[in-house]
Amino acid sequence: MRHTISVLVENKFGVLSRISGLFSGRGYNIESLSVGETIDQKVSVMTIVTTGDDWIVEQITKQLNKLIDVIKVVDMTELDHVEREMVLIKVSPRQEDKAEVLRLAEIFRGRVVDSSTKTYTIEITGDEKKIAAIVELLRPMGIKEFVRTGKIAIAREGIKKPQ
Amino acid sequence: MKISGSEILLESLKKEGVRHMFGYPGGVVLNIFDLLHDEKDLQLILTRHEQGAVHAADGYARATGKAGVALVTSGPGATNTVTGIATAAMDSIPLVVITGQVPTMLIGNDAFQEADIVGITRPCTKYNFLVKDVNDLALTMKEAFHIASTGRPGPVLIDLPKDVTTGKAEFHWPDSVKIRSYNPTYEGNKYMITQAAHMIAKAKKPLIIAGGGVISSGAAKELTELAEMTQVPVTMTMMGLGGFPGTHKLSLGMLGMHGTYYANKAVQDSDLLIAIGMRFDDRVTGKIDAFAPHAKIIHIDIDPTSIRKNVRVDIPIVGDVNRVLTVMNKVIREEVKEPWEEVRKAWAKQISAWKKERPMTYDHEADVIKPQYVVEKIFELTKGDAIIATEVGQNQMWAAQFYQYDKPRTWLSSGGLGTMGYGLPAAIGAQLAFPNKLVIDIAGDGSIQMNIQELATAVINKLPVKVAILNNRFLGMVRQWQELFYQERYSHTRLDESVPDFVKIAEAYNAVGLRATKKSEVVPVLKEAFSIKRPVFMDFMIDWQEKVYPMVPAGAAIDNMLFPEEKKKPEKKLRAVK
Ligand SMILES: Cc1ncc(C[n+]2csc(CCOP(=O)(O)OP(=O)(O)O)c2C)c(N)n1
Repeated sequence: MRHTISVLVENKFGVLSRISGLFSGRGYNIESLSVGETIDQKVSVMTIVTTGDDWIVEQITKQLNKLIDVIKVVDMTELDHVEREMVLIKVSPRQEDKAEVLRLAEIFRGRVVDSSTKTYTIEITGDEKKIAAIVELLRPMGIKEFVRTGKIAIAREGIKKPQ
Repeated sequence: MKISGSEILLESLKKEGVRHMFGYPGGVVLNIFDLLHDEKDLQLILTRHEQGAVHAADGYARATGKAGVALVTSGPGATNTVTGIATAAMDSIPLVVITGQVPTMLIGNDAFQEADIVGITRPCTKYNFLVKDVNDLALTMKEAFHIASTGRPGPVLIDLPKDVTTGKAEFHWPDSVKIRSYNPTYEGNKYMITQAAHMIAKAKKPLIIAGGGVISSGAAKELTELAEMTQVPVTMTMMGLGGFPGTHKLSLGMLGMHGTYYANKAVQDSDLLIAIGMRFDDRVTGKIDAFAPHAKIIHIDIDPTSIRKNVRVDIPIVGDVNRVLTVMNKVIREEVKEPWEEVRKAWAKQISAWKKERPMTYDHEADVIKPQYVVEKIFELTKGDAIIATEVGQNQMWAAQFYQYDKPRTWLSSGGLGTMGYGLPAAIGAQLAFPNKLVIDIAGDGSIQMNIQELATAVINKLPVKVAILNNRFLGMVRQWQELFYQERYSHTRLDESVPDFVKIAEAYNAVGLRATKKSEVVPVLKEAFSIKRPVFMDFMIDWQEKVYPMVPAGAAIDNMLFPEEKKKPEKKLRAVK
């Protein structure tokens, strides 16, 4: 099963390699990883998407907790939470598809952040399903480049998912 | 008043109560070594290899319980420490390893003798630091010792650029440290402990498996109290030897791949395993799906990642073994009163039947020197009052099986990593800590050559370690596998009859060399060696065919043990070395 794990870490030199080294050294998967500072500049949050059965995910969270620089580990999958990811998609549509590209961007509440005579760059934010959907629709129009931030997640306040 | 980074380093070590360290100099640590020249309170033992320095610090730590310290230069000095650090990490041994580094300005430039030792050792240290500012040095030192020796102990490395050793700062020694992201759990959950206590009372065939955590948490006494009070037999992992008296009537000796028949049988038949400070390593469990099929498992360990890593657990208790057992003993004493002897009668009877069925033994009649005989005699002559270090291979297993460890911190052996070359430097470290104790390295002729240069360290520093080489002219343990599983095809395991001549080597180092080629010479050689107040190499020319038994083949269930052939095979002649 896929898990989204949020890891609060001391924002110290080398901390990213401690985390990634843990995953590679122990043979755990990383599907995506995103890192950024929190409000407190001394603390960063890493959002890691990983897969594994319950045993493995239990080990992953314990192993993360054991790292000296890790302050807190939360398996978001166990909580009600919001997940988002941003993608930038550079499309180079044929002349006749250009309007359709812009229409799709609008439907998905995307924004055109750059354009040239041949290309549009579209920014889309959403959860996994939304991003998969737009990619499917744009693919036939000619996707030239595609970058994604990796998932970030935050718990919803107050509500615990019933067991 | 401002002082230099080098001075801060030494002052910090002294504040931590360090009196001895091991090391090797080089360009970027010259300023530190220069200070050591006049230093009175802090002694550095110059080893002959940085690996030796780290193993010596490790032996010192295992024997004393205090963090061992090593100081080496950058680049090759630093990379030479890696095996030693990994050895300590696998066995949870507290070390502080200080490596010099090129000046901060040059880091990343492929400067002369630059190695990214922080990157290299990240996966094999508990934590590591690169100190970039001399103002951070004192706090870093404090944190390093704190991390190394609390929670589940382990090695910590501090990388110290040369300009930090010369830079100046005020010396402020923090009284305490608090690292917000590092809070080991010491107190076990009381509810779980109580549940466990009742489970022990209900069990028909309970068995304690004691691991290295018993020793590192100083819980040997508490463990003995638990076992005696509830009359539960105890088996030990290799790391746990000495955590419970080997001569105790409740002791089943070691379990696992080369464990005793009765320990492995008891595990497989048990209805309740009480696993204490151990981590269910594959050498202990054998085939995991077939491990302890009838048992519920109580698992006590300070490291939550050890719990439910390899085996299912019914009652997990995260905490310091000593504190958990103290509470558990109290609960049992006060709440769970049973006529223990009576309750355990059938189980005790079953165990003693297994003990009779297949005791730990070997061919006592043989004329050739049997390695087990040598180890047994070492035990008898020392009355078990020695510190035993070992190398790795058959020698290590015989040392584990045929010497009874009654006290913690008298058994120094590389368990998790299985590092050949560990024993001699570790023995040197222990001897430095306990100058009046008899310290013996039980060695193989292969392993001893991996750090044989440390004999110089022993001789020059008047550390009278004794090395008992069980010389089978082979990389014996590998040869044993080749004999049993590779049709006796001894690919690259044959060493040599006479190269090196260990007696002459000893003499060349100004140590004493003794040799025994006949069984009758074993005891005289041991007696002589133990009476000499200098380092001694004893070269025991043992039966090259002797194997370690019982043996659980890799991947088999642990009650699937091999034993020596009942019929004696004629002794094979080895063809002469070409
Ligand atoms: C550094 C290192 N290299 C290789 C091995 C693999 N290994 C395990 S036991 C062994 C043979 C050890 O031979 P020796 O020291 O003569 O001891 P014996 O088994 O004969 O007692 C080897 C090569 C190891 N454990 N450590």
